[in-house]
Amino acid sequence: MLSNLGNIILFLNALITLSIIYISIQKIKIKDQVVSKNIYQLSLFQSTLIISSFFILVIGFVTSDFSMITVYQNSHTLKPLIYKISGTWGNHEGSLLLWLIILSLFSFLFLVYNKSRPGNFRIYTLIVQNILILGFLFFLLFNSNPFSAISPIPKEGLGLNPILQDPALAIHPPLLYLGFVGSSIYFSAAIASMLANYPGKLFAQSIKNWVLISWWFQTVGILAGSIWAYYELGWGGFWFWDPVENASLLPWFAMTALFHSLLVLEKRNLFYFWVIILCILTFILCVTGTFLVRSGILNSVHTFASDPSRGIYILFFLSFLILSSVFILFKKFQTGNYKINTNSKETYILVNNWFMIFYLITVLLGTIYPIFTEVLTNHKVSVGPPFYNTVIIPIVVLFLIFMSLGPRTKWIKDRFQDFFLLIKLLTGSILVNFFIVIFFKSYSLLSNLIIISSLFLIFSSLLDLISSLKRTNTDFSRVISHLSFGFLILFIGLNHNFSFEKDFNLKVGEKKKIDDYTVEFEDLKLENFKNYKAVVGNFKIDNNKKKLNLSLNPEIRIYQQPSTLTYEASIRTGILKDYYLTMSNIDRSDYYNIKFQKKPFMLWIWVSVILISAGGLVRLFKNENKIS
Amino acid sequence: MLTKKVKSRVYLISLILVSISIALFFILRSLNNNILYFKTPSDIKLEKTVNYNKIRIGGMVKKNSLKIDSEEIEFTVTDFKNELIVSYRGTVPNLFSEGKGVVAEGVLSDKNFFIADRILAKHDEEYMPPELKDLLKDNVK
Repeated sequence: MLSNLGNIILFLNALITLSIIYISIQKIKIKDQVVSKNIYQLSLFQSTLIISSFFILVIGFVTSDFSMITVYQNSHTLKPLIYKISGTWGNHEGSLLLWLIILSLFSFLFLVYNKSRPGNFRIYTLIVQNILILGFLFFLLFNSNPFSAISPIPKEGLGLNPILQDPALAIHPPLLYLGFVGSSIYFSAAIASMLANYPGKLFAQSIKNWVLISWWFQTVGILAGSIWAYYELGWGGFWFWDPVENASLLPWFAMTALFHSLLVLEKRNLFYFWVIILCILTFILCVTGTFLVRSGILNSVHTFASDPSRGIYILFFLSFLILSSVFILFKKFQTGNYKINTNSKETYILVNNWFMIFYLITVLLGTIYPIFTEVLTNHKVSVGPPFYNTVIIPIVVLFLIFMSLGPRTKWIKDRFQDFFLLIKLLTGSILVNFFIVIFFKSYSLLSNLIIISSLFLIFSSLLDLISSLKRTNTDFSRVISHLSFGFLILFIGLNHNFSFEKDFNLKVGEKKKIDDYTVEFEDLKLENFKNYKAVVGNFKIDNNKKKLNLSLNPEIRIYQQPSTLTYEASIRTGILKDYYLTMSNIDRSDYYNIKFQKKPFMLWIWVSVILISAGGLVRLFKNENKIS
Repeated sequence: MLTKKVKSRVYLISLILVSISIALFFILRSLNNNILYFKTPSDIKLEKTVNYNKIRIGGMVKKNSLKIDSEEIEFTVTDFKNELIVSYRGTVPNLFSEGKGVVAEGVLSDKNFFIADRILAKHDEEYMPPELKDLLKDNVK
C-alpha cells in the first residue's frame, strides 16, 4: 500500500521535473526573462511531493511495514522509535531520498530568494538543478528504489546495524548531506552564470550565503561523525584518514577555498573563473565522495553494504557532469585581469586557496591511490595515517603563519608594517611553547613548530579582536573562525603528544598498575534492555598522587537483530582531559581485553570546531541583515 | 627579444610549474613510503626473503588457536593453505573470534611469526574487507 503510493509519487515527481525543464527551455528560446507563476507552483509542488514521499517512508519505518524491502532490511519491531525514524536515512535508498529532498528544496528556495536577479540567470540555474534532480531521481527509481515491494511479506525485519543506533549517528547523515547536496545549488548557479552572462560581483552576492550554509552543515556534519567515531569505535581517536572520512573532507577544502575567493570576487571583481572552477569542483567532489562510499571500490573500516551497480551509475552520471561543465567552462573562458599587488589581501586569499588545493590533492591522491595500484600492478595496498601526517602536518605550520598575516593586510595594496609587533607575537608564542615543554616534558621538533605557529595565530587573532572591538565595522565571523582554528590545531597538537594509552588483559578481580594509575576490575553485571543485553564491567581507577578516584563502566552489548556485539567505551569527560576505558572479551578465556586511555583537551577540540562553524553563522546573519 | 611583460609571465608560469612538480614529487614519494601491502600467509611463504616493512595480513583465525595471558594475545591466521602465527598486544575489535576473518597490521619477525600492532575494526558481521573476500573465493570452493 505505502509502497505503491511512494512509487506513484516518485513517478509524478519525475514528470514535474521534466515539465519544469521543458517550460524553462521554452522560456530561454523565446528570450522570455520573466519567471512565471507556473514555474514557482511546479517547483513548490515538486518539493512538497518529494518531502511527502519521504514521510511515507518514515511511516513505513515507524509502523514496521515489512512489505518494503528497505524497511525489512533495515528495521525491526523491537527497535526504539527514534532509531526506527533515523533508520529511514541510515540506509542507502533512504539517504538518496534525503539527497533528492535537499536538491528540490534548495532549487525552490534559490528561486524564491533571488527575485531581484535577472530572469535568465534564475531560469538557467533552475534547468541545471532540475537536470541534477532528474539524474538522481532515475537512479532512485531504477536502481535504488526505497519503495520496492517484497513478497511474501516477512514477519520480522533484519534490524539496523547496532553500531548505527546512536544519537550522533542519527543526525550525522542529514547534516553531512545538507553540506554535500547544498553545494549543488552553486554548481547550478555557476553553470547558469556562464550561460546567462551574469558574471562577477553580482554572481558572488547571489551564491555567497548558499556557500556558507553548505559549509556550515559540512563542518558540523564532520564534527558529529568524529564525535561518534571517538566514543563508538573504541580506539579513542576521532580522525583516521579513512577513505570515507576523506570523502567528507575533500569538499570541505573546496568550500573553504571557495568562500574565501568569493570575498575577492565580491569586493574586487577578480578571480571570476577561479570561483566558477571551485563551485564546479565542490559539487563534483561531493558526487565523487558518494561514489567512493557507495560503490565499495575502496576498502574502508566504515564500509557500508555496497553494490557495484550503484557505482557504475554514479560514475556514469559523474562523468557526464564533469564533461559537460568542463565543456561549458572552456567555451566561455576568457582571460581576465589578474593583476594584483603582492602585498594585499587578495594575494593572501589566493595563498589560502593554494594551501586548500594542496591539501585537497594530497588527500585525494591518498584516497584513490589504492585503486590505481590495484588496477595497474594487482597489488592490494592501503594508505595509512603516516602518509597524511608526513605530508600535511609540516605544511600546516606554514599555513597557520600565512593565516595570521593575511587578515592584517589591506585590500589592493599594503605596506609592510607592524613588523615589530609580529616579532613580539612570535617571541610570545615561543615563550608559551617553552612553558608547555617544561610542564609536559619534551616532544618532537615538528610538534614544537605546530604549537608555536598555532599560538602565533591565536595571539594575532586576539589582537585582531581587540582592535576590531574599537572600530565599528567589526568582522567577528573571521576573527572567531580563525581564532578557533588556531585553538583547534593547538589542542589537537597537545592531545596528540600527551595522550596516554595502555592495553592489557585482566580477569575479574585483578588489578593492574600503570605508572601512577591502578586499574581494578571489580565485577561484572548482566543487564537486560529492550533490544539488547549488556555485560557491564565495573572498574575503579585510582591515582594516589593526584587523589583521583573514579569508577568507569564499559559495556559489551549483545544485540539479537542482527546478532552483533558492540563495545561501548566508558568515557569520563573532564575540562582538561578525558579518561577512556574499553573492555572486550576474548574467546574461551576468562581474560578481558582492556584499553585504558587518558586524552587531554578532547572537549576543547569539539568546542573549537563548533566555534569555527559559529563564525560562518555570524557571517551568514550579517549578510542577511545587510540585504534587508 | 621578449618584452618585459612576457618575460615576467614566463617566470611566473615556470615558478608555478616548478613548485607544483616539487609538491607532487614529495606527495608521491611519501605515498610510496607509506603504503601498506596486503599479504596472505601464502604470499609470505612464497617470498624468498623476509621483508621487515610494515604490512597488512589477512585470513581466518584458526579454530582453537587463540592463547591469552595478561600481556598479549596469540593466534594463528590461515588462508587454508598456509598459516602464520600472530602475536598482538592491544584491544581486539568487535567480532574478533575464532573461525572469523581478520585483518592485522604490523611487521613480520620471521616467515612464520607476525607481530601485529593493530587489528582492524569492522562494522558488521557481513562486512568483509574486499581483500579477504577475494581470498576466500580463491581458496574455498
